[in-house]
Amino acid sequence: MLEFLQRLKFPLPQASTFAPKVDLLYDFIFYSSVFLFIPTIVAMIYFGWKYRTKPNDNREVPYIDGHHTFEWFISAFVGVIFFIIFVWGLIGFNELHNPPAGTYEIGVVGKQWMWEFNYSNGKTTRNELYLPKGIPVKLVMSSPDVLHSFYVVNFRVKQDVVPGMYTTLWFQADQLGEHDIFCAEYCGTAHSNMLAKAIVLEPEQFKAWLQGSDPNQLTQLEIGKKIFNTRNCVACHSVTGVQTQAGPTVKGLFNRKVNLSDGTQVVANEDYIRTSIINPATHVVKGFRPIMPAFQGLLSENDISAVIAYIKSLKE
Amino acid sequence: MSVANSDVNYINSPKGLWSWLVTIDHKRIGIMYLFTTLAFFALGGIFALLLRIEHLTPGRTIMDANQYNIAFTLHGAIMVFMFIVPNVPAAFGNFFLPIMIGAKDVAFPKINLLSYYVFWLGAILAVCAIIFGGVDTGWTFYTPYSIRTNTAVIFMASGAFIMGMSSILTGLNFIVTVHKLRAPGMTFFHLPLFIWGIYATAIIQVLATPVIGMTVALLIMERVFGIGFFDPALGGDPILFQHFFWFYSHPAVYIMIVPGMAIISEIIPAFSKKTIFGYKPIAYSSLAIAFASFIVWGHHMFTSGQSYLASLLFSVATIIIGVPTAIKIVNWVATMYKGKVSWETPMLYAMAFIFMFSIGGLTGLFHISLAVSVHLHDTYFVVAHFHYVMMGGTVMAMLGGLHYWWPKMFGVMYNECLGKIGAALMFIGFNMTFGSQFIMGNLGMPRRYYDYAERFQPLHQVSTVGSWFIAASFLLTMSYLIYSLFKGKKAPANPWDAKSLEWTIASPPPTENFLTDPVVTEPYPYGTPNKARSHA
Amino acid sequence: MSGHHEVHYVEGTKHAIPHHFNSGYHEFDASKMGMWVFLVNEILLFSALFVAYAMFRAKDPVMFHEASHQLNKWMGGLNTIVLLFSSLTMALSVGYLQRNNTKRASQMLILTFLCAATFMVVKYFEYSHKFHAGLLTAKFYTFEGISAGHPGLFFSLYFMMTGLHGLHVLIGMGVIAWVWWRTRRGDFNEHYFTPVEVTALYWHLVDLVWIFLFPLLYLIG
Repeated sequence: MLEFLQRLKFPLPQASTFAPKVDLLYDFIFYSSVFLFIPTIVAMIYFGWKYRTKPNDNREVPYIDGHHTFEWFISAFVGVIFFIIFVWGLIGFNELHNPPAGTYEIGVVGKQWMWEFNYSNGKTTRNELYLPKGIPVKLVMSSPDVLHSFYVVNFRVKQDVVPGMYTTLWFQADQLGEHDIFCAEYCGTAHSNMLAKAIVLEPEQFKAWLQGSDPNQLTQLEIGKKIFNTRNCVACHSVTGVQTQAGPTVKGLFNRKVNLSDGTQVVANEDYIRTSIINPATHVVKGFRPIMPAFQGLLSENDISAVIAYIKSLKE
Repeated sequence: MSVANSDVNYINSPKGLWSWLVTIDHKRIGIMYLFTTLAFFALGGIFALLLRIEHLTPGRTIMDANQYNIAFTLHGAIMVFMFIVPNVPAAFGNFFLPIMIGAKDVAFPKINLLSYYVFWLGAILAVCAIIFGGVDTGWTFYTPYSIRTNTAVIFMASGAFIMGMSSILTGLNFIVTVHKLRAPGMTFFHLPLFIWGIYATAIIQVLATPVIGMTVALLIMERVFGIGFFDPALGGDPILFQHFFWFYSHPAVYIMIVPGMAIISEIIPAFSKKTIFGYKPIAYSSLAIAFASFIVWGHHMFTSGQSYLASLLFSVATIIIGVPTAIKIVNWVATMYKGKVSWETPMLYAMAFIFMFSIGGLTGLFHISLAVSVHLHDTYFVVAHFHYVMMGGTVMAMLGGLHYWWPKMFGVMYNECLGKIGAALMFIGFNMTFGSQFIMGNLGMPRRYYDYAERFQPLHQVSTVGSWFIAASFLLTMSYLIYSLFKGKKAPANPWDAKSLEWTIASPPPTENFLTDPVVTEPYPYGTPNKARSHA
Repeated sequence: MSGHHEVHYVEGTKHAIPHHFNSGYHEFDASKMGMWVFLVNEILLFSALFVAYAMFRAKDPVMFHEASHQLNKWMGGLNTIVLLFSSLTMALSVGYLQRNNTKRASQMLILTFLCAATFMVVKYFEYSHKFHAGLLTAKFYTFEGISAGHPGLFFSLYFMMTGLHGLHVLIGMGVIAWVWWRTRRGDFNEHYFTPVEVTALYWHLVDLVWIFLFPLLYLIG
């Protein structure tokens, strides 16, 4: 039966663990719809033709103004079908919403009009997302400008990328090769050119690629600077020594004594900076409010080290 | 009853252009709305044709990406705000609602005229938006793009705001008219189903439209005064805009479709010569849809980053709204059973409506199912789905109603043969244009794409050719209808042997509507002379 | 009946009953319902702003608390009293009309108008103070006395909510002036006072909205 369903479908590769499940549900809805549609339309055309009027038609039409049992039966019948569709869809949605433990995280930045992918070791690619086959991957996505939406048809996944917040998406690719990535939320002039490729490699190949030397490989300091700018740290923490309302400057911060809002004083060493990034509420600098978002889980250890290296370099 | 005396009627008495411009006669206002909205339908249609031509080939065909973005925005905005929302309620509702309940006018005739001019004011602002370079946000005005783009967003948003006010005034008028001006004996359950539909629509118009008004007003304020509600850089939340927007715009979908259903509920009994099957279920389902429409908006946002629980609740609510819709379709088909069905143009459009609206409704099932919805969201599948509802549904019903009531409105008959050809062309063209888009969407073609991968080209071409059939059908229909105004055969008072009150008066109706007090019966007294109780 | 029909007037006035109504009372009844429907629509118009208020306040209650200190409770309180009093005078003017005392009714309308004008004058002083202090909408916000979050959002809400309300007060003043003029002219008596009645309904809603705005904006600090 399943095989029969598969043969009738349009050929769309099923390249993630979600894809066959989504397609099966799609088929169920499709055939339920056909099952509801055909009798309705056949009845309409049959009644229309069988009872068509002719010249000098003297038939007496019956007076049928409804039928309670019939109405309730139809309501219950379609209600049950709709409910099955809903519950089935919910099960799939649940899975999409709850990534398993131990996913491999990749940072995604969607901006007008390109995709940028940041890997845990500081490696960055543009419009090419390398993925390990058979390993669940979680994307942590953000946008500096407008709404975008990350859409891989062959994986049957989609998630909007929203400025001002992080959205996440997980999947497990299990078909080697290249798959199209589209931007599915309208974002301006080159919306239809905001394309990328998901390139699925065997896990060993992926590892080799990740560690392989890259002519564009940045130094740790450059990576840190880049993160400091792209993650918008610089919006609140100036690197020039200027104090903003939102946060203290990081120029000359390293090894300086800092007064905290709870009255204590600490030395701004590596550990202090690290804690302040992943959980800013631990140390709040006197005169400022706890408004910084926590970056726990959003930056890898390598990223954090790179940021710290960058802050260290900003001497007075 | 002086049915024969149609020499003096609302069209020729009083005479002169000025008497039309300052008229407070609901029939004249309805006619002005009819022609105004049909003109905007043609304008929106021109943009649609341009879009389809652009998609004949991937890459550039006739316009560049920015022009394309402006074209699809204008197509959507014009069709939604200037055609489909005002069309059936303000044109047919204005003309027929008072007559069908046995009243001489709507409750507030001056406010009715005001609403027409308010509509024009909004329309002029929208046209200014086109002149000053267009708008490229999509008709949905999503933030923060709509805050950042430097196109004429403020003009279009003010236009939408003001046209919304016009829609509120119309809805207010209809609610009070139905409650206070029914003829003696016209109980709520003697109301024709068209009135139930328009009444349910009016409730949605009054309750939902102010929220979109506020939303676009806030968008304007965001651009002018930087209030920051929707701008993450200023502490705002872009998702809030989507909640506000869909709180109106999903009910607005029902502002667009319920009047269409209402027309079908009139045409089917009239052309089956049989009483409607399930009067109360159809009437109640209109109200059920009206109220349920307020709790389903979040199903537009399953991939937006709204909370999991919210998605779940909105999905359940959307199922609830599906059932009354199914009830209506089944009842229409059941009405034809053992009737005397005549296949005239209005009935052809009604059957096309049932065919295409069923597809539109059933493809909605793909969207209540969260996992599949995620895949199909923002693809051509969605585009095809809502065109099957909006155009396959509402526009077919509007064309059906236009042919059904044309003899009553203007006192002339159109050419039946050309009418059938027009309906057939429309049916073929429509299914070519949008049927192919279901397939594209399922294959992952995202919407609002200027450029596309070559594998989609054959389907895009089928779609484009289909759009030419639709254009041909529309031109043909408008030609023979306008021709009939000058050379058409004179229409009798009741050419279809229909039963509601508008058919008891002359064609075209006299200025006063009723020269004698209307005789109210049950709404569709076919085949039951003994049950056709008189309440006069 | 033929095409033309007799014109009926409401007893003792020059008000012709429109031909689609059976009686003066029928028209009064319909007009009142129309105004109630309109008020429902008005409530939904304001509700969008109340929802935005609830959302942003839930997100950052500390900022709302601090920002609210910048509003002048006494001016807000004065305006509340003034508006409440104007609702009373408005209701009284309808009451006097029902007893056919047009002189008293028009005096009450003048009082209502003056209250509304007082409200706007106080509002003017409040607004100009905020403009000078830089307590403006989010993008133009320059005040430096509040350290929490994005206080500009609070003032955006303040200006949107009180601005929309103020616009309603201004429109109300115009309508009150118009019905006052018609009362003076002798258009109304105990049989016909529909315009004053629906104006009163509208004015009570304007008052009611302020009753919600005042504590939500001024008193949370």
